Amino acid sequence: MNAELVSELDAPRQRTARARFVTALGPLTALAGAIWAIVQPYRITLLHPHGQGFWWLFVEPPLLVIVVGLFFYFAIVPGLLADMEEDRATSR
Amino acid sequence: MQPPAEHVHWLFATGFLLLGLCLLAEAVVGTEVWRQRAWRAYLWPGLAFGLGVFMWPVMTFFTNSTIHMIAHGAWAEVLMAAGAVELALVRGKIHSPWWQLAMAAALAVSGSALLVHEQNAWFFQRSSFLHHLLGWTVLVAAVVPLVRCVRPRSQVAATAFALTFIFIAVSLYCDRDVAPVFGHISPLAGPPHR
Repeated sequence: MNAELVSELDAPRQRTARARFVTALGPLTALAGAIWAIVQPYRITLLHPHGQGFWWLFVEPPLLVIVVGLFFYFAIVPGLLADMEEDRATSR
Repeated sequence: MQPPAEHVHWLFATGFLLLGLCLLAEAVVGTEVWRQRAWRAYLWPGLAFGLGVFMWPVMTFFTNSTIHMIAHGAWAEVLMAAGAVELALVRGKIHSPWWQLAMAAALAVSGSALLVHEQNAWFFQRSSFLHHLLGWTVLVAAVVPLVRCVRPRSQVAATAFALTFIFIAVSLYCDRDVAPVFGHISPLAGPPHR
């Protein structure tokens, strides 16, 4: 029975769980925005634009949530995952 | 071209949501990994500083009352100060974890300003209720940076800090003019707005 083998196996599994969590953050945020848009469609003024002013057409809260989720997923997560992998490789 | 107050809240909510996601990711992956790229290290302090800068136009153009102007001005100052301190910490110009007290002060002042400048105790009205909810939440959340002074590497404190900003974002997104929040408890709530 070698306790070292167990600790060696645990560390990468924990990192993978963290990577999965970070990867899921963006899509979950975008999903929350999409669900919000479906539940309260009247909050997307673009669906009924007639007679609306600039700000009512420009600022659409559910769409903003989706944009934040997608921005986080495509702009921030890829580099972060690469750095996590690099950090894991150097700590081995 | 001046946006309605609720739209300003929604735009700030978007900034706070991005801030919260970044802080949550940093709490999960660890500060060392998060700061491996310079732009990522400066993202959170830069956003905090930027939100402080954008508070000045809010103070200038939304002059409902003197207390509104004072509250928004105080917010702008403390957000910019806290952002600047975080920038200096990331840059390595200052090192002591006690500089986190600047963020604790920022949250305490922000919470107090939220409570003070919402003078209506109309809890049936959405924006009034949310100001009180946000005020007390932010005031209590000022404890989190205090904990981070004592335990800078605490993952629980880092996660709580991130979730505070996500909660602020959700609350700000809920802000809608004079819409009722608890149904038509009072006739003063008026007709429901979208």
